[in-house]
Amino acid sequence: MLKKLNNIGDSAIVCDFGDEVNQSINNGVIKLFNFMRRESALGNIKGILNCTPSYNKLIVSFDLEITNFQNVFNFINSANFKDFDLDHDRKKWTIPICYEFGIDLTNMGKKLKLDKEEIISIHSKSIFFIYMIGFVPGHPFMGDLDSKIFLKRLKTPRVKVPPGSVGIVEKFCNIYPYESPGGWNIVGRTPIKLFNNKNASKPSLLSPGDTIKFKSISKEEFESIKNEQ
Amino acid sequence: MNNNYFEVLRPGINTTYQDTGRFDMQHLGVPPSGCMDKKSFLVANAIVGNEKYNGVIEFAYQGPLLKLINGKTKIAITGDVNFKIIYKNKEIIEGDCNRSYNLNEGDQIDILATKKSAYGYLSIEGGFDLESFCSSVSTLTVAQIGPNNGNKIKLGDKIKIKKINKNNNNFKASISYENTNVIRVLKGPQYDYFSEESKKNFFSHLYKITNLTDRMGTRLKGKILKNIVNTNIRSEGITKGAIQVPADGLPIILLTDYPTIGGYPKIANVISADYDLLVQKIPGTTILFKCIDLKEAQQLYKDRNKDISKIIKNIEAIS
Repeated sequence: MLKKLNNIGDSAIVCDFGDEVNQSINNGVIKLFNFMRRESALGNIKGILNCTPSYNKLIVSFDLEITNFQNVFNFINSANFKDFDLDHDRKKWTIPICYEFGIDLTNMGKKLKLDKEEIISIHSKSIFFIYMIGFVPGHPFMGDLDSKIFLKRLKTPRVKVPPGSVGIVEKFCNIYPYESPGGWNIVGRTPIKLFNNKNASKPSLLSPGDTIKFKSISKEEFESIKNEQ
Repeated sequence: MNNNYFEVLRPGINTTYQDTGRFDMQHLGVPPSGCMDKKSFLVANAIVGNEKYNGVIEFAYQGPLLKLINGKTKIAITGDVNFKIIYKNKEIIEGDCNRSYNLNEGDQIDILATKKSAYGYLSIEGGFDLESFCSSVSTLTVAQIGPNNGNKIKLGDKIKIKKINKNNNNFKASISYENTNVIRVLKGPQYDYFSEESKKNFFSHLYKITNLTDRMGTRLKGKILKNIVNTNIRSEGITKGAIQVPADGLPIILLTDYPTIGGYPKIANVISADYDLLVQKIPGTTILFKCIDLKEAQQLYKDRNKDISKIIKNIEAIS
């Protein structure tokens, strides 16, 4: 559970849950994340601006005109969030993926000494847990992959990775919501839009703590789902 | 619905709508955005009698050229900006910052350039007529979030005005900007990742703001900082003003449109009271970091807010 509370700058507090990356530590992070957002929405704590979960930390930033480090520290320090019901908000998603766009699968096969199909099979059978969302809007960082297909980042990152690309590095898997540079090993692409800048009530499809299973689709299905959106 | 608007005859380099930002979305990868220099933003709104949450137009370096097509409005420009007002009758005046002007149909504002500041602000009485997204009219161009489909203001755009100005009074603010190159910081969470010598260098050598500077961050040039622990950390949430140091040893300060999560060690974090001062520094300027403690940072922020309240309270009519 919560190990340390420290300031980060003068208007944020970092809640540290330990050094490892695993789901049990991340569950603690997500519990405090949900707890803080609920308490802030209820008005039980004032001045909270953002709560940002990552693998093993929660960063709570606040409005220095309304509150300060001491207030937020005391609130979190005495908070009882261990029993917060996580399953209430947690969603299970099935995300279509077309492995025909897996531009790195052949090379990965060589490095791992596995058939392309075996990599696909391991990937599509995994249930991924969303540790956090960020860097850019809607971008999920997920785990954990079977160690049989652990790989390092590409030596030379690509200048452009198409939107929807699904990449893996070590035990992690991500989906690029936008065209961007990237160094992850690309296994496929999803036609699903991860961030909708017109939908103010639910702009990001996924939330931290949700789980994802990928479902293999053909190029034709990919195009048809893409056109429907 | 009224039909009062400015037409954009020249958009400027980086002209966007901004307010005080969009919150409770960082967990979805959306940074706060909002005005870079809050002091200039607040004063711009106050001069034209607006509440502080009104959206304004922020510009950087070269600003826009706007023509009022329909209506009548009161404007103010803040920052350190060189601009002209070209009246319909061809009379041209050099504009002064931090005061209001009344514009009528056919008048133009030509915001030529910011001088010693990077950013400037244009406010109008009653505010611009903008669609908000998640309680804010701030524009985040990297993810196309906010008014104008999340884009910069471009040639030919219509800038709609909410309200017609009915009085011709003008107002001015007396605003002073600090003229120091010292930027105060608190130690960052990975401060001890750096060698003793590098820690000393960080606080005793000048760092130069490079051309690689925008609303997301500013890259600095100066003494290389030696990391003795690990040049990567587990990715964690980013805060405004965080100073991260990638493997090349050159610091990057993360600004208003920051990537929400980062995996580089952070040596320090700029204090809130010095943030506006920092973002207004133009490329080529050198800065010196000074380490202070949390209590002092909190007090400095209070002092700064008192200073801004005083500026706003002392806004007076121009006789």
